Formats: sequence, C-alpha cells, structure tokens
Amino acid sequence: MPYEVDPAPGEIPVDHPPSAETGVSPLWEVFVRQRRGLAHVHVGSVHAPDAETALQAARDVYTRRVEGVSVWVVPSRAIRASDPDDATDWFEPFADKPYRHPTFYDIPKEVGQM
Amino acid sequence: MTRTIVCYGGEVSPPEGRFQALIDADEKIEPKDWMPDGYRSTLIRQIAQHAHSEIIGMQPEGNWISRAPTLRRKAILMAKVQDEAGHGLYLYGAAETLGVSRAQMVQLLHRGQHKYSSIFNYPTLTWADIGVIGWLVDGAAITNQLMLTRCSYGPYARAMVRICKEESFHQRQGYEALIALCQGSAEQKAMAQDALNRWWWPSLMMFGPHDSDSTHSEQSMAWKIKRVSNDDLRQRFVDMTVPQGEYLGLTIPDPDLMWNPARSHYDFGEIDWNEFWAVVKGDGPLNRERIEHKVSWWEANAWVREAATAHAARMTGRPEVA
Repeated sequence: MPYEVDPAPGEIPVDHPPSAETGVSPLWEVFVRQRRGLAHVHVGSVHAPDAETALQAARDVYTRRVEGVSVWVVPSRAIRASDPDDATDWFEPFADKPYRHPTFYDIPKEVGQM
Repeated sequence: MTRTIVCYGGEVSPPEGRFQALIDADEKIEPKDWMPDGYRSTLIRQIAQHAHSEIIGMQPEGNWISRAPTLRRKAILMAKVQDEAGHGLYLYGAAETLGVSRAQMVQLLHRGQHKYSSIFNYPTLTWADIGVIGWLVDGAAITNQLMLTRCSYGPYARAMVRICKEESFHQRQGYEALIALCQGSAEQKAMAQDALNRWWWPSLMMFGPHDSDSTHSEQSMAWKIKRVSNDDLRQRFVDMTVPQGEYLGLTIPDPDLMWNPARSHYDFGEIDWNEFWAVVKGDGPLNRERIEHKVSWWEANAWVREAATAHAARMTGRPEVA
C-alpha cells in the first residue's frame, strides 16, 4: 500500500479478516434492485458486524429515496474478481469470433426482416 | 514496479503505458487496475478529505435542527443532515477501494492529520446561516462535484453522480428559506444580509488557492482527477450566484464585483488569503471545537459498536466473516 501514513494502533488493512478484538466490523458490498424485473446493481459498501445489521445499514445508506425494492449484501471478501491486467488475454478468445453477431451475415434486402 | 503486461496483438508495454492510455482515452480507472502510487495517494487524500467534510459538515447544520422555525423546515434540515452522513459513507467506501480502511481515515481525522473543508470551521450564528449555507456552500460544493462526476477514478465518479443528484435539493431548500426571509420583515431581511456578509468570502475560498499557487492542481488535471481549474470553477460559481443574490434583493459584500462585458464574466475582488491559510492551518473560528466534538461523540458511541459486535458474536459464535 503506497499510502505513506503508518497504520494506526489496532488498524487492520481492509483485505484482512476482521476480528472481535479490534472492533472493526467487516465490509459488505451492497446491491440494489431498482424495481421488479431489473437486476440487482452494485451501489457501494457498508461496514457491519453481521449480515442483518449490514442489510439495515445498506437500506439506510443507499435507499433513502426509495431507490430500490430489494437489497443484497455480500461479504466483500467473498468476491473473486478477474485480474484487469489479464483482461486482454482473458477476454481475447472472443474478440476474433465476429460470426457470433447477427451483423456478420449478409442477407439480401428482398428477404425482409430476419 | 517493472511488471509488464501483454497487450492485444502480443505487443509488450509497461503498465504505465496502459494506465496513461486509459486516461488519454477518457476511460475510467477501476480499483483493481494498476495505477501510479501518486495517483493512488492523491485520490486517497482527496476522497478522504471530501468524506470528512461531509461528516464534519453535519455539525454547523445540526446546530439548528432543534431551533428550525417550523416543522417543515425541521424535517427538511434533518433529511439534509442525514444525506450528509450518507454522502460521507459513500465517499469512505470509494476511498476504501484504494486500499485504505475507513478506521484509518477516521483515526487520521481525529488526530488532525487529515483535513476537511475549511468552510465548516465557521459558526452558524442565526437561522439565516442555514439558508445561506444551502445556497452558497452547497452551491459551491455542487459546482466542484459536477466536475468530479467526470473524474477518472470510477468509484469516485460514481459516488459523485449519486451525491450530485441528492444535493440539488440541498441548494434549493436553502434558497427557498432565503426567499422566505427576504420577503419577510425588515429584521428577517437584515438577518439574511448579515449571513450573506459572513459566508460570501469563505464560500469563494472553498475553491482553493489560485491556480498559480495550487501545488497539486497541475498533476491532478493531468490525471483527470480534476477537470477544471480552481479559478475557473470559482468564476463559474460567481457568475451563477450574482443574479440569484439580485433576485433576493441582497447585496454581495464585494465593492469590486462588476459585470465585465469584454470577458462576459463578473469581475470580483481579491480573497483575503491570509484568512484562507490561517483557517487551513487550524486557526479558524471553530477548528478545535469541530474535532473535539467529533472525537467526543465517537468515544461516547463506542458502546453501540461494541454491542453490535457482541450481538453478532453471540448469534454466530464468532463475528461474521466471509
């Protein structure tokens, strides 16, 4: 971590498991479904000692104007993300398969909408 | 850091090249992307300072919740102060994606090693101050934050979009409260004028030093953390605000304020930079009180955090972790 300030006493980096001794509560990622039929979308994060408290905190912090009809909280540590430095290699195999798109094919106008 | 990545087409380039290419293309940088140490530490400093400002900013306005003149004004003011708490939390969350913890940022604020916006070191002496804060302080904040919605760091830009949407009511409720005062009795109008006299110059100071004296500005502009210079933002704010003051029938306390048709902008007087730097360095009217109040309530509320942790431990046998 390039942040030049020394860690405070009892301080733990965010990617370490929290402990009861430090009293620092775990981080949860918050997903809100805006309305029925839409997917839950990531909106931010909250700190809370357990899932129920995290859910309440997420409601209070992220839906003060009825922005949603459903909220998910997920422990931040449970998320495994792809490496952006590998993104080129990781997604590259699909870049040379334009035949998966309908526009790849020339269909005569006379045939009509297809 | 000499790690290299393989780009599309097999060409090898260092991560700095990829980072700069994203910046140049107006793409967003996301938390797991490689970024220069300076970019990371600049963002941590700026976002933490922004978060602290939202939290400390609850104090001057919270001061008037119990004395708001009507139930309607009281409900509005409470909603606004709750928003400030929410905005602080969005911003702490955005900063945490850079690898610093909220606990650390809060501790640095409490120790005086992190700053917050100097504007909150001024007192709210009358009810009119609440109106003027909404109109000018939130107006200045929105001017700055609209620019930041286009910031190159994704989580910060997204938090700004959310905050700007929510803050438009903050400015409007303040201006509406001032309309009520300015259309009221002579005493009420005088109270509004007095508040404007005290808050005008500190509001202009919110945009920071002149571009020529701003140490971080040039690099922040190059990284597209900042998209518009301090002086340009300040000019934008003055141009927007002067007609609003005229509508209220109030006088902006600046004898040099004058429309300049050649520039198509208002000319305005020079900020008292001695006052600016004094407040930044800790000698404003309320610097000590604001932090003392924050720390004392953090300590007084420790039992809430302890109870929540103890409850979680009892329900699961241990604190819930992933």
